[in-house]
Amino acid sequence: MTATVEPNPEATRPELTGNGEGGRAPRLFGGRYGTTSLRVGAASIWLSVIVLLPLAAIVWQSAGGGWDAFWRAVTSNAALESFRVTLTISVGVTLVNLFFGLVVAWVLTRDDFPGKRLVDSVIDLPFALPTIVASLVMLALYGPNSPVDLHLQHTKWGVGIALLFVTLPFVVRSVQPVLLELDRETEEAAASLGANNATIFTQVILPALLPSLLSGAGLAFSRAIGEFGSVVLIGGAVPGETEVSSQWIRTLIENDDRTGAAAISIVLLVVSFIVLFILRAIGSRAAKREELAQ
Amino acid sequence: MTLTPPVRLLLRYLALAYIGILVIVPVGLILWRTFQPGIGAFFDSISTPAALSALQLSLLVVAIVVPLNVLFGVPTALVLARNRFRGKSALQAVIDLPFAVSPVVVGVALILLWGSAGLFGFVENNLGLKIIFGFPGIVLASIFVTVPFVIREVEPVLHEIGTDQEEAAATLGSQWWQTFWKVTLPSIRWGLTYGVVLTIARTLGEFGGVIMVSSNLPGTSQTLTLLVADRYNRGNEYGAYAVSTLLMTVAVIVLIVQVVLDARRSRASKQA
Repeated sequence: MTATVEPNPEATRPELTGNGEGGRAPRLFGGRYGTTSLRVGAASIWLSVIVLLPLAAIVWQSAGGGWDAFWRAVTSNAALESFRVTLTISVGVTLVNLFFGLVVAWVLTRDDFPGKRLVDSVIDLPFALPTIVASLVMLALYGPNSPVDLHLQHTKWGVGIALLFVTLPFVVRSVQPVLLELDRETEEAAASLGANNATIFTQVILPALLPSLLSGAGLAFSRAIGEFGSVVLIGGAVPGETEVSSQWIRTLIENDDRTGAAAISIVLLVVSFIVLFILRAIGSRAAKREELAQ
Repeated sequence: MTLTPPVRLLLRYLALAYIGILVIVPVGLILWRTFQPGIGAFFDSISTPAALSALQLSLLVVAIVVPLNVLFGVPTALVLARNRFRGKSALQAVIDLPFAVSPVVVGVALILLWGSAGLFGFVENNLGLKIIFGFPGIVLASIFVTVPFVIREVEPVLHEIGTDQEEAAATLGSQWWQTFWKVTLPSIRWGLTYGVVLTIARTLGEFGGVIMVSSNLPGTSQTLTLLVADRYNRGNEYGAYAVSTLLMTVAVIVLIVQVVLDARRSRASKQA
Protein backbone atom coordinates (compact mmCIF):
# COMPACT_ATOMS: atom_id res chain seq x y z
CA MET A 1 0.00 0.00 0.00
CA THR A 2 1.66 3.18 -1.11
CA ALA A 3 -0.41 5.88 0.45
CA THR A 4 1.15 9.01 -0.91
CA VAL A 5 -0.98 12.03 -1.52
CA GLU A 6 -1.05 12.75 -5.20
CA PRO A 7 -0.67 16.38 -6.09
CA ASN A 8 -4.14 16.85 -7.49
CA PRO A 9 -4.51 13.91 -9.85
CA GLU A 10 -7.07 15.70 -11.98
CA ALA A 11 -4.54 18.32 -12.98
CA THR A 12 -1.92 15.87 -14.17
CA ARG A 13 -3.99 13.16 -15.79
CA PRO A 14 -5.12 13.89 -19.27
CA GLU A 15 -8.51 12.54 -20.26
CA LEU A 16 -8.08 9.80 -22.76
CA THR A 17 -11.40 9.76 -24.48
CA GLY A 18 -14.37 11.99 -24.77
CA ASN A 19 -17.61 11.30 -23.01
CA GLY A 20 -18.78 8.97 -25.70
CA GLU A 21 -21.32 11.28 -27.22
CA GLY A 22 -18.78 12.61 -29.70
CA GLY A 23 -17.93 10.86 -32.93
CA ARG A 24 -14.53 9.35 -32.08
CA ALA A 25 -14.30 5.66 -31.20
CA PRO A 26 -17.98 5.08 -30.72
CA ARG A 27 -17.70 1.49 -29.52
CA LEU A 28 -15.12 1.92 -26.76
CA PHE A 29 -15.87 1.47 -23.09
CA GLY A 30 -18.56 3.86 -22.20
CA GLY A 31 -18.54 4.78 -25.82
CA ARG A 32 -22.06 3.67 -26.44
CA TYR A 33 -24.63 6.17 -25.53
CA GLY A 34 -25.76 5.75 -21.95
CA THR A 35 -23.24 3.23 -20.64
CA THR A 36 -21.15 5.93 -18.99
CA SER A 37 -24.01 7.10 -16.84
CA LEU A 38 -24.88 3.47 -16.11
CA ARG A 39 -21.34 2.76 -14.87
CA VAL A 40 -21.16 6.00 -12.92
CA GLY A 41 -24.52 5.17 -11.39
CA ALA A 42 -23.45 1.67 -10.39
CA ALA A 43 -20.21 2.95 -8.88
CA SER A 44 -22.04 5.70 -7.00
CA ILE A 45 -24.66 3.37 -5.57
CA TRP A 46 -22.02 0.82 -4.52
CA LEU A 47 -19.87 3.45 -2.81
CA SER A 48 -22.90 5.07 -1.21
CA VAL A 49 -24.14 1.86 0.39
CA ILE A 50 -20.67 0.77 1.50
CA VAL A 51 -19.05 4.06 2.51
CA LEU A 52 -21.30 7.12 2.46
CA LEU A 53 -24.51 5.88 4.08
CA PRO A 54 -22.74 4.47 7.16
CA LEU A 55 -20.88 7.74 7.62
CA ALA A 56 -24.13 9.64 7.11
CA ALA A 57 -25.68 7.50 9.84
CA ILE A 58 -23.10 8.89 12.28
CA VAL A 59 -24.11 12.44 11.41
CA TRP A 60 -27.80 11.49 11.61
CA GLN A 61 -27.38 9.90 15.05
CA SER A 62 -25.48 12.91 16.32
CA ALA A 63 -27.98 15.37 14.87
CA GLY A 64 -30.83 13.42 16.45
CA GLY A 65 -29.38 14.13 19.89
CA GLY A 66 -29.20 17.85 19.24
CA TRP A 67 -26.35 20.30 19.66
CA ASP A 68 -26.42 20.08 23.48
CA ALA A 69 -25.92 16.33 23.54
CA PHE A 70 -23.09 16.66 21.01
CA TRP A 71 -21.38 19.35 23.04
CA ARG A 72 -21.83 17.41 26.31
CA ALA A 73 -20.32 14.30 24.73
CA VAL A 74 -17.23 16.00 23.30
CA THR A 75 -16.57 18.13 26.40
CA SER A 76 -17.09 15.41 28.99
CA ASN A 77 -14.02 14.80 31.14
CA ALA A 78 -13.29 11.39 29.71
CA ALA A 79 -13.61 12.67 26.13
CA LEU A 80 -11.32 15.63 26.76
CA GLU A 81 -8.77 13.39 28.46
CA SER A 82 -8.87 10.99 25.51
CA PHE A 83 -8.39 13.89 23.06
CA ARG A 84 -5.45 15.15 25.10
CA VAL A 85 -3.80 11.72 25.19
CA THR A 86 -4.47 11.09 21.50
CA LEU A 87 -3.22 14.46 20.34
CA THR A 88 -0.07 14.66 22.48
CA ILE A 89 1.03 11.15 21.56
CA SER A 90 0.15 11.66 17.87
CA VAL A 91 2.05 14.97 17.67
CA GLY A 92 5.07 13.40 19.35
CA VAL A 93 4.93 10.41 17.01
CA THR A 94 4.65 12.71 13.99
CA LEU A 95 7.72 14.71 15.04
CA VAL A 96 9.80 11.57 15.59
CA ASN A 97 8.59 10.35 12.19
CA LEU A 98 9.67 13.60 10.53
CA PHE A 99 13.22 13.21 11.82
CA PHE A 100 13.76 9.48 11.47
CA GLY A 101 11.70 9.26 8.28
CA LEU A 102 14.03 11.77 6.66
CA VAL A 103 17.13 9.98 7.96
CA VAL A 104 15.90 6.59 6.74
CA ALA A 105 14.85 7.96 3.34
CA TRP A 106 18.22 9.70 3.02
CA VAL A 107 20.20 6.58 3.85
CA LEU A 108 18.09 4.48 1.47
CA THR A 109 18.66 6.86 -1.46
CA ARG A 110 22.13 8.37 -0.92
CA ASP A 111 23.98 5.60 0.85
CA ASP A 112 24.92 2.14 -0.32
CA PHE A 113 25.53 -0.91 1.81
CA PRO A 114 24.97 -4.66 1.59
CA GLY A 115 21.38 -5.60 2.39
CA LYS A 116 19.98 -2.19 1.46
CA ARG A 117 17.22 -3.67 -0.70
CA LEU A 118 16.11 -5.92 2.12
CA VAL A 119 15.93 -2.98 4.53
CA ASP A 120 14.02 -1.08 1.86
CA SER A 121 11.32 -3.74 1.63
CA VAL A 122 11.15 -4.17 5.42
CA ILE A 123 9.93 -0.54 5.58
CA ASP A 124 6.61 -1.66 4.12
CA LEU A 125 6.11 -4.43 6.66
CA PRO A 126 4.11 -2.28 9.10
CA PHE A 127 1.59 -1.53 6.31
CA ALA A 128 1.24 -5.19 5.43
CA LEU A 129 1.02 -6.44 9.01
CA PRO A 130 -2.40 -6.64 10.71
CA THR A 131 -2.64 -4.03 13.46
CA ILE A 132 -3.35 -6.58 16.17
CA VAL A 133 -0.19 -8.44 15.17
CA ALA A 134 1.68 -5.12 15.37
CA SER A 135 0.40 -4.81 18.92
CA LEU A 136 1.69 -8.26 19.80
CA VAL A 137 5.00 -7.67 18.04
CA MET A 138 5.58 -4.56 20.13
CA LEU A 139 4.58 -6.39 23.31
CA ALA A 140 7.12 -9.11 22.59
CA LEU A 141 9.97 -6.64 22.95
CA TYR A 142 8.45 -3.99 25.20
CA GLY A 143 5.91 -5.99 27.21
CA PRO A 144 6.04 -7.95 30.46
CA ASN A 145 8.26 -10.70 29.01
CA SER A 146 10.69 -8.26 27.48
CA PRO A 147 14.12 -9.83 26.99
CA VAL A 148 15.75 -6.41 27.49
CA ASP A 149 13.68 -5.63 30.58
CA LEU A 150 11.76 -2.74 29.09
CA HIS A 151 8.22 -2.59 30.42
CA LEU A 152 6.16 -0.17 28.40
CA GLN A 153 2.79 -1.94 28.60
CA HIS A 154 0.07 0.36 29.94
CA THR A 155 2.26 3.46 29.57
CA LYS A 156 1.99 6.26 27.05
CA TRP A 157 5.47 5.35 25.80
CA GLY A 158 4.11 1.95 24.85
CA VAL A 159 1.27 3.55 22.87
CA GLY A 160 3.79 5.89 21.25
CA ILE A 161 6.11 3.11 20.15
CA ALA A 162 3.21 1.09 18.73
CA LEU A 163 2.14 4.15 16.74
CA LEU A 164 5.73 4.71 15.56
CA PHE A 165 5.69 1.16 14.25
CA VAL A 166 2.48 1.47 12.23
CA THR A 167 3.34 4.94 10.87
CA LEU A 168 6.96 4.18 9.91
CA PRO A 169 6.38 3.93 6.13
CA PHE A 170 4.51 7.22 5.62
CA VAL A 171 7.32 9.81 5.75
CA VAL A 172 9.94 7.44 4.31
CA ARG A 173 7.78 6.53 1.33
CA SER A 174 6.72 10.07 0.53
CA VAL A 175 10.22 11.59 0.83
CA GLN A 176 12.15 8.80 -0.90
CA PRO A 177 10.98 9.37 -4.50
CA VAL A 178 11.47 13.14 -4.23
CA LEU A 179 14.97 12.66 -2.85
CA LEU A 180 15.73 10.28 -5.69
CA GLU A 181 14.63 12.77 -8.34
CA LEU A 182 16.33 15.73 -6.68
CA ASP A 183 18.67 17.55 -9.02
CA ARG A 184 22.21 16.96 -7.75
CA GLU A 185 23.54 19.79 -9.96
CA THR A 186 22.04 22.49 -7.76
CA GLU A 187 23.79 20.96 -4.77
CA GLU A 188 27.07 20.81 -6.67
CA ALA A 189 26.69 24.38 -7.82
CA ALA A 190 26.04 25.50 -4.24
CA ALA A 191 29.08 23.56 -3.06
CA SER A 192 31.32 25.04 -5.75
CA LEU A 193 30.19 28.50 -4.69
CA GLY A 194 31.50 27.72 -1.23
CA ALA A 195 28.35 26.70 0.62
CA ASN A 196 28.94 24.18 3.38
CA ASN A 197 26.79 21.11 3.97
CA ALA A 198 24.57 22.79 6.54
CA THR A 199 23.78 25.64 4.13
CA ILE A 200 23.17 23.28 1.22
CA PHE A 201 20.85 21.19 3.37
CA THR A 202 18.78 24.05 4.73
CA GLN A 203 18.78 26.20 1.57
CA VAL A 204 18.62 23.65 -1.23
CA ILE A 205 17.53 20.21 -0.07
CA LEU A 206 15.06 20.95 2.71
CA PRO A 207 12.90 23.40 0.70
CA ALA A 208 12.63 20.83 -2.10
CA LEU A 209 11.66 18.08 0.33
CA LEU A 210 9.26 20.16 2.38
CA PRO A 211 5.99 19.29 0.56
CA SER A 212 6.70 15.57 0.67
CA LEU A 213 7.84 15.75 4.30
CA LEU A 214 4.63 17.53 5.27
CA SER A 215 2.51 15.12 3.28
CA GLY A 216 4.11 12.09 4.92
CA ALA A 217 3.81 13.67 8.35
CA GLY A 218 0.15 14.53 7.75
CA LEU A 219 -0.69 10.99 6.71
CA ALA A 220 1.16 9.61 9.73
CA PHE A 221 -0.69 12.00 12.04
CA SER A 222 -4.05 11.15 10.51
CA ARG A 223 -3.34 7.44 10.92
CA ALA A 224 -2.12 7.93 14.50
CA ILE A 225 -5.21 9.73 15.79
CA GLY A 226 -7.55 7.00 14.57
CA GLU A 227 -5.41 3.96 15.37
CA PHE A 228 -6.99 1.20 17.41
CA GLY A 229 -5.71 -2.33 16.83
CA SER A 230 -2.03 -1.67 17.46
CA VAL A 231 -2.55 0.24 20.72
CA VAL A 232 -5.29 -1.88 22.25
CA LEU A 233 -3.08 -4.56 23.83
CA ILE A 234 -0.06 -2.45 24.68
CA GLY A 235 -2.04 0.60 25.86
CA GLY A 236 -4.71 -1.07 27.93
CA ALA A 237 -7.00 2.00 28.03
CA VAL A 238 -5.82 3.64 31.25
CA PRO A 239 -7.96 6.82 31.39
CA GLY A 240 -5.91 10.00 31.05
CA GLU A 241 -2.74 8.02 30.42
CA THR A 242 -3.17 5.60 27.51
CA GLU A 243 -6.85 5.67 26.62
CA VAL A 244 -6.98 7.15 23.11
CA SER A 245 -10.15 8.48 21.52
CA SER A 246 -10.81 5.36 19.45
CA GLN A 247 -10.82 3.29 22.64
CA TRP A 248 -13.14 5.78 24.31
CA ILE A 249 -15.52 5.42 21.35
CA ARG A 250 -15.53 1.66 21.84
CA THR A 251 -16.31 2.07 25.54
CA LEU A 252 -19.22 4.37 24.69
CA ILE A 253 -20.65 1.85 22.21
CA GLU A 254 -20.33 -0.92 24.80
CA ASN A 255 -22.25 1.25 27.26
CA ASP A 256 -24.85 1.83 24.55
CA ASP A 257 -24.19 5.58 24.43
CA ARG A 258 -24.63 5.78 20.67
CA THR A 259 -25.01 9.54 20.48
CA GLY A 260 -21.79 10.01 22.45
CA ALA A 261 -19.92 7.56 20.25
CA ALA A 262 -21.24 9.36 17.15
CA ALA A 263 -20.09 12.73 18.52
CA ILE A 264 -16.50 11.57 19.25
CA SER A 265 -16.42 9.85 15.84
CA ILE A 266 -17.36 13.11 14.17
CA VAL A 267 -14.51 14.91 15.94
CA LEU A 268 -12.00 12.27 14.74
CA LEU A 269 -13.40 12.39 11.20
CA VAL A 270 -13.26 16.19 11.06
CA VAL A 271 -9.65 16.32 12.30
CA SER A 272 -8.67 13.69 9.71
CA PHE A 273 -10.44 15.52 6.90
CA ILE A 274 -8.87 18.86 7.79
CA VAL A 275 -5.38 17.31 7.77
CA LEU A 276 -5.98 15.61 4.43
CA PHE A 277 -7.53 18.75 2.95
CA ILE A 278 -4.45 20.78 3.91
CA LEU A 279 -2.25 18.08 2.36
CA ARG A 280 -4.21 18.24 -0.89
CA ALA A 281 -3.79 22.03 -0.96
CA ILE A 282 -0.04 21.73 -0.35
CA GLY A 283 0.19 19.01 -3.00
CA SER A 284 -1.60 20.99 -5.69
CA ARG A 285 0.47 24.09 -4.91
CA ALA A 286 3.66 22.07 -5.28
CA ALA A 287 2.40 20.62 -8.57
CA LYS A 288 1.61 24.09 -9.88
CA ARG A 289 5.04 25.37 -8.93
CA GLU A 290 6.59 22.44 -10.74
CA GLU A 291 4.57 23.25 -13.84
CA LEU A 292 5.74 26.86 -13.74
CA ALA A 293 9.35 25.75 -13.38
CA GLN A 294 9.21 23.61 -16.48
CA MET B 1 25.88 17.36 -0.88
CA THR B 2 28.77 15.01 -0.10
CA LEU B 3 28.98 13.83 3.46
CA THR B 4 32.24 13.03 5.17
CA PRO B 5 32.59 9.28 5.83
CA PRO B 6 32.01 9.50 9.60
CA VAL B 7 28.77 11.44 9.13
CA ARG B 8 27.62 9.04 6.44
CA LEU B 9 28.27 6.05 8.68
CA LEU B 10 26.59 7.76 11.60
CA LEU B 11 23.43 8.35 9.56
CA ARG B 12 23.51 4.81 8.19
CA TYR B 13 23.73 3.21 11.62
CA LEU B 14 21.19 5.61 13.07
CA ALA B 15 18.67 4.58 10.40
CA LEU B 16 19.49 0.90 10.74
CA ALA B 17 19.25 1.05 14.52
CA TYR B 18 15.84 2.74 14.31
CA ILE B 19 14.45 0.14 11.92
CA GLY B 20 16.10 -2.60 13.95
CA ILE B 21 14.59 -1.58 17.28
CA LEU B 22 11.21 -0.78 15.79
CA VAL B 23 10.69 -3.57 13.27
CA ILE B 24 13.35 -6.22 12.83
CA VAL B 25 14.07 -7.20 16.44
CA PRO B 26 10.41 -7.35 17.59
CA VAL B 27 9.30 -9.30 14.52
CA GLY B 28 12.26 -11.66 14.87
CA LEU B 29 11.41 -12.14 18.53
CA ILE B 30 7.84 -13.23 17.69
CA LEU B 31 9.11 -15.70 15.12
CA TRP B 32 11.66 -17.06 17.54
CA ARG B 33 9.10 -17.49 20.31
CA THR B 34 6.69 -19.18 17.91
CA PHE B 35 9.14 -21.76 16.64
CA GLN B 36 11.24 -22.24 19.76
CA PRO B 37 8.98 -25.04 21.13
CA GLY B 38 9.22 -26.77 17.78
CA ILE B 39 7.22 -26.70 14.58
CA GLY B 40 4.80 -29.30 15.97
CA ALA B 41 3.66 -27.00 18.76
CA PHE B 42 3.06 -24.29 16.20
CA PHE B 43 0.86 -26.53 14.08
CA ASP B 44 -0.99 -27.82 17.14
CA SER B 45 -1.74 -24.27 18.17
CA ILE B 46 -3.12 -23.19 14.79
CA SER B 47 -5.18 -26.35 14.33
CA THR B 48 -7.31 -26.24 17.47
CA PRO B 49 -11.06 -26.23 16.69
CA ALA B 50 -11.32 -22.51 17.54
CA ALA B 51 -8.35 -21.67 15.33
CA LEU B 52 -9.63 -23.74 12.43
CA SER B 53 -13.07 -22.19 12.55
CA ALA B 54 -11.52 -18.72 12.79
CA LEU B 55 -9.42 -19.52 9.72
CA GLN B 56 -12.48 -20.80 7.92
CA LEU B 57 -14.47 -17.70 8.79
CA SER B 58 -11.68 -15.36 7.70
CA LEU B 59 -11.31 -17.20 4.39
CA LEU B 60 -15.06 -17.08 3.86
CA VAL B 61 -15.02 -13.30 4.35
CA VAL B 62 -12.16 -13.08 1.83
CA ALA B 63 -14.11 -15.23 -0.62
CA ILE B 64 -16.99 -12.76 -0.50
CA VAL B 65 -15.06 -9.49 -0.28
CA VAL B 66 -12.59 -10.10 -3.13
CA PRO B 67 -15.10 -10.90 -5.91
CA LEU B 68 -17.30 -7.96 -4.89
CA ASN B 69 -14.33 -5.60 -4.93
CA VAL B 70 -13.24 -6.84 -8.36
CA LEU B 71 -16.77 -6.76 -9.75
CA PHE B 72 -17.35 -3.16 -8.70
CA GLY B 73 -13.74 -1.98 -8.64
CA VAL B 74 -12.74 -2.69 -12.25
CA PRO B 75 -15.74 -0.92 -13.86
CA THR B 76 -15.28 2.00 -11.48
CA ALA B 77 -11.59 2.25 -12.41
CA LEU B 78 -12.56 2.04 -16.09
CA VAL B 79 -15.09 4.81 -15.86
CA LEU B 80 -12.67 7.00 -13.86
CA ALA B 81 -9.85 6.46 -16.34
CA ARG B 82 -11.82 6.61 -19.58
CA ASN B 83 -14.69 9.00 -19.10
CA ARG B 84 -15.39 12.55 -18.14
CA PHE B 85 -18.53 13.14 -16.13
CA ARG B 86 -20.02 15.48 -13.61
CA GLY B 87 -19.10 14.74 -10.01
CA LYS B 88 -15.95 12.82 -10.93
CA SER B 89 -13.73 14.52 -8.37
CA ALA B 90 -16.38 13.86 -5.71
CA LEU B 91 -16.32 10.17 -6.65
CA GLN B 92 -12.50 10.19 -6.45
CA ALA B 93 -12.68 11.71 -2.97
CA VAL B 94 -15.22 9.14 -1.76
CA ILE B 95 -12.99 6.29 -2.95
CA ASP B 96 -10.09 7.56 -0.83
CA LEU B 97 -12.34 8.20 2.17
CA PRO B 98 -11.84 4.77 3.82
CA PHE B 99 -8.10 5.51 4.15
CA ALA B 100 -8.93 8.50 6.33
CA VAL B 101 -11.49 6.85 8.60
CA SER B 102 -10.46 5.17 11.84
CA PRO B 103 -11.42 1.46 11.94
CA VAL B 104 -13.39 2.04 15.12
CA VAL B 105 -15.36 4.81 13.42
CA VAL B 106 -16.11 2.34 10.61
CA GLY B 107 -17.60 0.05 13.23
CA VAL B 108 -19.65 2.85 14.80
CA ALA B 109 -20.91 3.90 11.37
CA LEU B 110 -22.05 0.38 10.53
CA ILE B 111 -23.73 -0.07 13.90
CA LEU B 112 -25.59 3.22 13.52
CA LEU B 113 -26.72 2.31 10.00
CA TRP B 114 -27.46 -1.42 10.18
CA GLY B 115 -27.92 -2.04 13.91
CA SER B 116 -31.36 -2.88 15.27
CA ALA B 117 -31.78 0.73 16.45
CA GLY B 118 -30.05 2.17 13.40
CA LEU B 119 -31.21 3.97 10.31
CA PHE B 120 -31.71 0.71 8.41
CA GLY B 121 -32.79 -1.19 11.52
CA PHE B 122 -35.81 -2.52 9.62
CA VAL B 123 -33.54 -5.03 7.88
CA GLU B 124 -32.93 -6.74 11.20
CA ASN B 125 -36.24 -5.97 12.89
CA ASN B 126 -38.64 -6.74 10.04
CA LEU B 127 -36.69 -8.89 7.62
CA GLY B 128 -34.92 -10.87 10.34
CA LEU B 129 -31.47 -10.49 8.80
CA LYS B 130 -29.00 -9.93 11.62
CA ILE B 131 -26.20 -7.77 10.25
CA ILE B 132 -24.51 -6.23 13.26
CA PHE B 133 -23.08 -8.87 15.62
CA GLY B 134 -23.46 -11.29 12.75
CA PHE B 135 -21.56 -12.41 9.70
CA PRO B 136 -22.83 -9.70 7.28
CA GLY B 137 -21.45 -7.02 9.60
CA ILE B 138 -17.95 -8.48 9.35
CA VAL B 139 -18.26 -8.54 5.56
CA LEU B 140 -19.52 -4.94 5.40
CA ALA B 141 -16.69 -3.69 7.62
CA SER B 142 -14.13 -5.57 5.51
CA ILE B 143 -15.50 -4.14 2.25
CA PHE B 144 -15.53 -0.61 3.69
CA VAL B 145 -11.81 -0.72 4.48
CA THR B 146 -10.79 -2.46 1.23
CA VAL B 147 -12.85 -0.47 -1.30
CA PRO B 148 -9.93 1.71 -2.48
CA PHE B 149 -7.39 -1.04 -3.22
CA VAL B 150 -8.56 -2.56 -6.53
CA ILE B 151 -9.65 0.81 -7.94
CA ARG B 152 -6.45 2.57 -6.94
CA GLU B 153 -4.19 -0.16 -8.35
CA VAL B 154 -6.06 -0.59 -11.65
CA GLU B 155 -6.80 3.05 -12.52
CA PRO B 156 -3.17 4.23 -13.03
CA VAL B 157 -2.47 1.19 -15.23
CA LEU B 158 -5.45 2.10 -17.41
CA HIS B 159 -4.10 5.63 -17.78
CA GLU B 160 -0.70 4.29 -18.70
CA ILE B 161 -1.77 1.86 -21.39
CA GLY B 162 -3.94 4.45 -23.12
CA THR B 163 -6.68 3.57 -25.56
CA ASP B 164 -4.79 2.79 -28.79
CA GLN B 165 -5.19 -0.96 -28.63
CA GLU B 166 -8.78 -0.76 -27.47
CA GLU B 167 -9.57 1.59 -30.33
CA ALA B 168 -7.82 -0.72 -32.79
CA ALA B 169 -9.86 -3.65 -31.55
CA ALA B 170 -13.05 -1.63 -31.83
CA THR B 171 -12.12 -0.55 -35.36
CA LEU B 172 -11.62 -4.18 -36.31
CA GLY B 173 -15.16 -4.86 -35.22
CA SER B 174 -14.74 -6.39 -31.79
CA GLN B 175 -17.60 -6.07 -29.33
CA TRP B 176 -16.98 -4.23 -26.07
CA TRP B 177 -16.84 -7.42 -24.05
CA GLN B 178 -14.41 -8.99 -26.52
CA THR B 179 -12.22 -5.90 -26.25
CA PHE B 180 -12.41 -6.13 -22.48
CA TRP B 181 -11.47 -9.83 -22.28
CA LYS B 182 -8.78 -9.84 -24.95
CA VAL B 183 -7.23 -6.37 -24.71
CA THR B 184 -8.01 -4.53 -21.49
CA LEU B 185 -7.99 -7.35 -18.96
CA PRO B 186 -4.61 -8.81 -20.03
CA SER B 187 -2.98 -5.39 -19.75
CA ILE B 188 -4.37 -4.60 -16.30
CA ARG B 189 -3.82 -8.08 -14.89
CA TRP B 190 -0.80 -7.21 -12.74
CA GLY B 191 -2.36 -4.08 -11.29
CA LEU B 192 -5.50 -6.09 -10.61
CA THR B 193 -3.45 -8.88 -9.03
CA TYR B 194 -1.76 -6.49 -6.65
CA GLY B 195 -5.08 -4.86 -5.79
CA VAL B 196 -6.53 -8.28 -4.99
CA VAL B 197 -3.48 -9.24 -2.92
CA LEU B 198 -3.81 -6.04 -0.89
CA THR B 199 -7.52 -6.69 -0.45
CA ILE B 200 -6.90 -10.22 0.82
CA ALA B 201 -4.23 -9.07 3.24
CA ARG B 202 -6.31 -6.22 4.61
CA THR B 203 -9.41 -8.40 4.94
CA LEU B 204 -7.52 -11.08 6.85
CA GLY B 205 -5.84 -8.44 9.00
CA GLU B 206 -8.70 -6.07 9.77
CA PHE B 207 -9.29 -5.80 13.51
CA GLY B 208 -10.76 -2.51 14.73
CA GLY B 209 -13.71 -2.42 12.37
CA VAL B 210 -14.50 -6.10 12.80
CA ILE B 211 -14.29 -6.21 16.59
CA MET B 212 -16.91 -3.44 16.78
CA VAL B 213 -19.51 -5.30 14.72
CA SER B 214 -18.76 -8.89 15.74
CA SER B 215 -20.09 -10.81 18.69
CA ASN B 216 -16.64 -12.46 18.88
CA LEU B 217 -17.97 -15.95 19.53
CA PRO B 218 -15.46 -18.74 18.80
CA GLY B 219 -16.75 -20.83 15.94
CA THR B 220 -19.36 -18.41 14.62
CA SER B 221 -18.08 -14.87 14.51
CA GLN B 222 -14.44 -14.92 15.55
CA THR B 223 -11.98 -14.12 12.79
CA LEU B 224 -8.23 -14.76 12.98
CA THR B 225 -7.39 -11.29 14.26
CA LEU B 226 -10.09 -11.49 16.94
CA LEU B 227 -8.66 -14.86 17.95
CA VAL B 228 -5.23 -13.28 18.44
CA ALA B 229 -6.63 -10.65 20.81
CA ASP B 230 -8.82 -13.22 22.56
CA ARG B 231 -5.95 -15.62 23.17
CA TYR B 232 -3.69 -12.87 24.44
CA ASN B 233 -6.36 -11.55 26.81
CA ARG B 234 -6.93 -15.05 28.18
CA GLY B 235 -3.23 -15.38 28.92
CA ASN B 236 -2.53 -17.84 26.11
CA GLU B 237 0.44 -15.88 24.83
CA TYR B 238 1.92 -18.70 22.81
CA GLY B 239 -1.36 -19.28 20.99
CA ALA B 240 -1.51 -15.58 20.12
CA TYR B 241 2.07 -15.69 18.79
CA ALA B 242 1.28 -18.73 16.64
CA VAL B 243 -1.77 -17.15 14.96
CA SER B 244 0.20 -13.91 14.55
CA THR B 245 2.93 -15.80 12.74
CA LEU B 246 0.29 -17.27 10.45
CA LEU B 247 -1.02 -13.77 9.69
CA MET B 248 2.52 -12.48 9.28
CA THR B 249 3.12 -15.04 6.56
CA VAL B 250 0.33 -13.38 4.58
CA ALA B 251 2.01 -9.99 5.09
CA VAL B 252 5.34 -11.33 3.87
CA ILE B 253 3.66 -12.76 0.76
CA VAL B 254 2.25 -9.28 0.08
CA LEU B 255 5.74 -7.78 0.31
CA ILE B 256 7.17 -10.41 -2.03
CA VAL B 257 4.42 -9.79 -4.60
CA GLN B 258 5.13 -6.07 -4.31
CA VAL B 259 8.88 -6.51 -4.90
CA VAL B 260 8.26 -8.81 -7.88
CA LEU B 261 5.74 -6.44 -9.46
CA ASP B 262 8.01 -3.43 -8.89
CA ALA B 263 10.88 -5.22 -10.61
CA ARG B 264 8.60 -6.15 -13.51
CA ARG B 265 7.38 -2.58 -13.80
CA SER B 266 10.86 -1.03 -13.81
CA ARG B 267 11.99 -3.57 -16.40
CA ALA B 268 9.00 -2.69 -18.55
CA SER B 269 9.69 1.02 -18.30
CA LYS B 270 13.35 0.45 -19.20
CA GLN B 271 12.32 -1.38 -22.33
CA ALA B 272 9.97 1.35 -23.37
